[in-house]
Amino acid sequence: MADINITVDGRKVTAAQGTLLIEACKSVGIEVPSFCYYPNLSLQGACRMCLVKVEKMPKLQTACTTVISEGMTVTTDSDEIRQARKSMVEMLLGNHPLDCPVCDAGGECELQDMTFSYGAAESKYMEPKNHKDEQQWSPVVYFDRPRCILCYRCVRVCGEAMDVWALGVQNRGVSSIIAPNQEDHLECEECGMCIDICPVGALTSGAYRYKTRPWEMKHVGTICTHCGDGCKTTLGVRRSDTGMEIVRGDNRDKSGINGDFLCIKGRYAFDFAHHDDRITQPLIRKDGRLTPSTWEEASALIGKRFADIRDHQGGQSIGVVGSNRTTNEESYLLQKFARIVLQTNNIDHHRTADFPAFAAGVTGKPESTASMRDVFNAPAMLLIGNNPSEQHPLLAWQIRNNVRLHRARLYVINSQEIKLRRQAANFVPIPEGTEGDVASFLAGDDSAIDTAGNETSDALKPLRDKLRSEQNLVIIFGSEIRGDDISSLVKFGSNIPGSKFICLGDYANSHGAADMGLYPNLLPGYHSISDIGIFHQERGGEIPQTPGLTLPEMVESAKADKLKAFYVVGANPVGRLGLDPFSFSQGFVVVQDMFLTQTAEIADVVLPAANAYEKAGTFTNTCGDLQLLKKAGEVNGTKPDFEMIVRIADAMGFDVRKLVPFGRGTRADMGQSRGAQAGEADRHAVWLEAHGLEPKMSPFDPMAILDEIQRLVPGYDVSRMDLQAGD
Amino acid sequence: MRFSEQFESRFAEMLTHYPTKRSVLVPTLLYAQDESGSLSDEVIKEIAGRLELTELEVRNVISYYSMLTTHPRGKYNVQVCTNIACLLRGADELFEHCEKKFGVKHKGTTADGLFSLEEVECIGACSWAPAVQVNYDFHENLTTEKLDNVLDEYRRK
Amino acid sequence: MAELVSHPDEVRVVSRRFGQGATNLDRYLELDGYKAVQKALTMQPDAIVNEVKNSGLRGRGGAGFNTGMKWSFVPKQSAKPKYVLCNGDESEPGTCKDRLIFEHDPHAVIEGTVIAGLAVGSHTGYIYIRGEYRYLLEIMQKAIADAYARGFLGKNIFGSGYDFDVYWHGGAGAYEVGEESALMESLEGKRGIPRIRPPFPAVVGLWGGPTVINNAETLASIPHILLGGADWYANLGPPKNGGTRLFCLSGHLKRPGVYELPMGYNLKKMIYDVGGGIPGGRKLKAVVPGGSSTPLMTPDEIDVPMDFDSMMKAGSMLGSGGVVVLDDTTCMVKFALRIMKFYQHESCGWCIPCREGTDWLKKTLIRFHSGGGLKKDIDNILYLSQNMLGRTFCPLGDAAAMPTISIVKKFRQEFEDHLEGQPCAFEKESKIEQLPVLA
Repeated sequence: MADINITVDGRKVTAAQGTLLIEACKSVGIEVPSFCYYPNLSLQGACRMCLVKVEKMPKLQTACTTVISEGMTVTTDSDEIRQARKSMVEMLLGNHPLDCPVCDAGGECELQDMTFSYGAAESKYMEPKNHKDEQQWSPVVYFDRPRCILCYRCVRVCGEAMDVWALGVQNRGVSSIIAPNQEDHLECEECGMCIDICPVGALTSGAYRYKTRPWEMKHVGTICTHCGDGCKTTLGVRRSDTGMEIVRGDNRDKSGINGDFLCIKGRYAFDFAHHDDRITQPLIRKDGRLTPSTWEEASALIGKRFADIRDHQGGQSIGVVGSNRTTNEESYLLQKFARIVLQTNNIDHHRTADFPAFAAGVTGKPESTASMRDVFNAPAMLLIGNNPSEQHPLLAWQIRNNVRLHRARLYVINSQEIKLRRQAANFVPIPEGTEGDVASFLAGDDSAIDTAGNETSDALKPLRDKLRSEQNLVIIFGSEIRGDDISSLVKFGSNIPGSKFICLGDYANSHGAADMGLYPNLLPGYHSISDIGIFHQERGGEIPQTPGLTLPEMVESAKADKLKAFYVVGANPVGRLGLDPFSFSQGFVVVQDMFLTQTAEIADVVLPAANAYEKAGTFTNTCGDLQLLKKAGEVNGTKPDFEMIVRIADAMGFDVRKLVPFGRGTRADMGQSRGAQAGEADRHAVWLEAHGLEPKMSPFDPMAILDEIQRLVPGYDVSRMDLQAGD
Repeated sequence: MRFSEQFESRFAEMLTHYPTKRSVLVPTLLYAQDESGSLSDEVIKEIAGRLELTELEVRNVISYYSMLTTHPRGKYNVQVCTNIACLLRGADELFEHCEKKFGVKHKGTTADGLFSLEEVECIGACSWAPAVQVNYDFHENLTTEKLDNVLDEYRRK
Repeated sequence: MAELVSHPDEVRVVSRRFGQGATNLDRYLELDGYKAVQKALTMQPDAIVNEVKNSGLRGRGGAGFNTGMKWSFVPKQSAKPKYVLCNGDESEPGTCKDRLIFEHDPHAVIEGTVIAGLAVGSHTGYIYIRGEYRYLLEIMQKAIADAYARGFLGKNIFGSGYDFDVYWHGGAGAYEVGEESALMESLEGKRGIPRIRPPFPAVVGLWGGPTVINNAETLASIPHILLGGADWYANLGPPKNGGTRLFCLSGHLKRPGVYELPMGYNLKKMIYDVGGGIPGGRKLKAVVPGGSSTPLMTPDEIDVPMDFDSMMKAGSMLGSGGVVVLDDTTCMVKFALRIMKFYQHESCGWCIPCREGTDWLKKTLIRFHSGGGLKKDIDNILYLSQNMLGRTFCPLGDAAAMPTISIVKKFRQEFEDHLEGQPCAFEKESKIEQLPVLA
């Protein structure tokens, strides 16, 4: 699009055609204040804070609704403009309660900031303020009417952006009020976007209100631990009796792939961290009961038993289960520990999407995986299976907003009437379980969806034709499509110029767990177990050459009394996968977890684990994007899985330097090799210190092993600077 | 939920007047209110359903328009205009007179449910002020005596 | 049914058929009805637009924009349907003229609507009538049905091959809906919140289609212009202010009523001659010249021609034709308060300055009138009004600010007289509204 030249406060500004004046000003650092203007939401022109002088216009104009035009001359600061802004703030404060000392928003309130910047110190108002009592609309949403400045951000974000439409505006004039959909309460998805976007303290969170003042918290930006989308969440943490308590989650700094979006899980579901049921010391089964113990005793016991079993029964008699929720470093370390220290390939995890098949499918096709950003910008999207509104809220948000703001075309094929069909240009319902057949059909196999006259095939044929005419299509598929069907889908997509894929898997790091080789037959990066050569340099020990047992096979093996030890890290196969709790009654079971899960209950030793909010490392989201976790919360007595694995290796008498290359002058330890002036080394040192690790390299430093991962796993060799930037 | 035949035929006709269903909302709400006196939850639900709107959307609209109400009113809604033209010709006296006569304040309803009183904005009777609208009927060039006669007739109806 | 009046100075154009039984279609036809639209059917659209442009007809709703010019902004080609919208949401205090048009000459509005449609290439018109005017809506419903029955509306009107539909639409009580973009929102079944402009309705209006929206009186004038000719109409008034208009005389007058007078008629003459002057031997204190949103004028300012440009020059506005006359028994503080109460009640609440400003001013004026005013309040009232002026989302904020500023400036002494607990000299104490006392 052609560029437009305008003059703002005497400065030449160039911006794309169609740019709003307020954005053009922002692009050169000229601040035009506003309450109601919010990027990517519909324009309001309601708050009148952004009034500026446009030459040849008699009245001041709202910069938020003015589209720039060639030669436009604008003044954003003059006595008249300052007075206009001042009077807007004065009028707002006329009815706004000055209860800032007890308001949750105090200290992070846009009205406070505006008053500070543009307001008047003098109070002209002496009439009684209009009052209405505060209302609780839902467990998490409270509404304080007098504080509301009617910027309508909440109404728009709920409707336009979330497609929930649970908020409205009622009455008129000074009686105007934001109203919930059920008269006196809300029935909605409880995403909390309305609370977050509220510039003042009118909408407050039931989870956070009156708990603390914003300046009493430390704000740590990390990655949400819930679904596979990998949203950045900024956790507000505060010292507590038992460590560092997480008080709030949001992403108001708009950093990260999710901008300011967070769903109900990311925003509120951190309460598990400080649950009373957290295990905070190692437990050892004594006289049939799990009894509190010490790290020394627990490590020694595990080390001894694991070594015994390995030495006397062989590594194949040990089974290891990894996690979809531990970091890449932990998963990598776990498989390395299993293969080198325990001498077993019996390692598996709760598998979600068929990432190995997807990796095989796209091998040799560069630029074939899409990121969350691509989903927001693609001209067209195909979604087969899954229900992103519930399973992948950020993905759903990106899809919706791409359709709304860019008029992208969305094609949905699903066995359920999923909510995203409302955005779809074309929705084709299919029988449950036929997603894979659809993939074959799309790839050209008409027989996959049988018989002409079939409703589904009648609908799919024109859709396939339409899809074939698209370009830069993003193809998103759920875990319903596996194995060869994935290759079919990739084959179909490969004929569409510029198409990219997203393979959807549940849980925060299931993609990472797969990439890190938590498979009995696959090494990190999906290298076959026989393809050991690449690991030669790093292995630090011999790796067994035969594929190990899958999780179900391990269970059978245990029942046959062949599997003698079972090491479960951050997983609950008894609870989640319905595994028979008596399978392992004869073996030695070690579980690392936050809670006494059904699996932990059958363990001989339970180690109290930190969760992803309480440690550093990296996660890989479902799109394959690598992101950095930062330690935010802390529960005294727990340890990251990484440290526990290293401790067990050490207790087994293994030289942990072969496991974690600390102190070896790796890229992570760059102080020595590049000099202290290298910013990366500096930042790394600061980072280590912030996480309670020794700058000169600790055996528990996950970043040390990240170097190894980056060397060995395709796609992981991203710049450490970019990783640190966190976007 | 049952409306009169007249309502239904008008509703059906109105739907053909516009490219969107929603466009019939405002007049439909007023006609519905005429039938039952106020817009009950049931009416709101019914109209929302017919027009494929959420009840929230319907409530948002109802609360905007001053003639629409969710609170039941008396059989005869006595609307006294007190805006400038009427004010200059004694509207205040008329309103005060009604307050005393009915024993209710603005937006109050008499105990027998016969009359509601409302102070309203300009009803377009400026040249014939002061004026009162009872439901939809205009009564103009009023004095308190004339108003009494008018109200008595409603009472007799 | 509103009473009709007459005066020898009247020039009856729009009111020609008042009292003639023209609601009856046959009677309307006898009185030259639907001749103009048949003439228009023989004209090129541009010729109709030019005729209206040259007639000097300016919007009778109050803004006074040249009607033909407004029509000319409608794009010739449009992917979306074009619409003609008649604004019959007459609500400006002091204004009661459209009511008479709907009551006595509904077909003239229909005819004007069809002609506007022909001029801009539209095939659909809507006549929006405020909810309080139920009996007028019923008259209009019948008129439209009658016109359809004769083939004057619908498919192939007057056998011309041109299709044009006209539909009625009723409001439900909202002054703000008289604002053209708010009216479109209301017609679309929404809250009457004005739209962001640009784009203007002529380009993006009803359901996104180009839309001509005109006041009922404006549209009712169109058939007369087409039949009488642009020159005839233009020459009825002063330059650039063609024709006549309906003036609604109200307040302290001996002969209030709606009179059709040529544009440019002298205001003083209108009050003393047409309206019969002030009753009871009392004196004139102030005049609201064009509905409650226009700045008030003092007796020494009223020797002016009532046309858009002259009134602007005189520091006020011609507005909507509502001339409200105040005699010397009127308390100006109370009057300012009543105006503000109206705008506070009718503000849609969308933007800060109008929503908060009108409420603040209303409260201050209540306190002031009840004897609790402070000297600084007087300047504060001015300060607030001036900070609303020109900065609100739509003209309602200006409408509230303009009369207030004029009253404070021109009658400051009356405000001073209310200070220090002095009782209002004009009112019984019982009638003075008090602000609620905070518990």
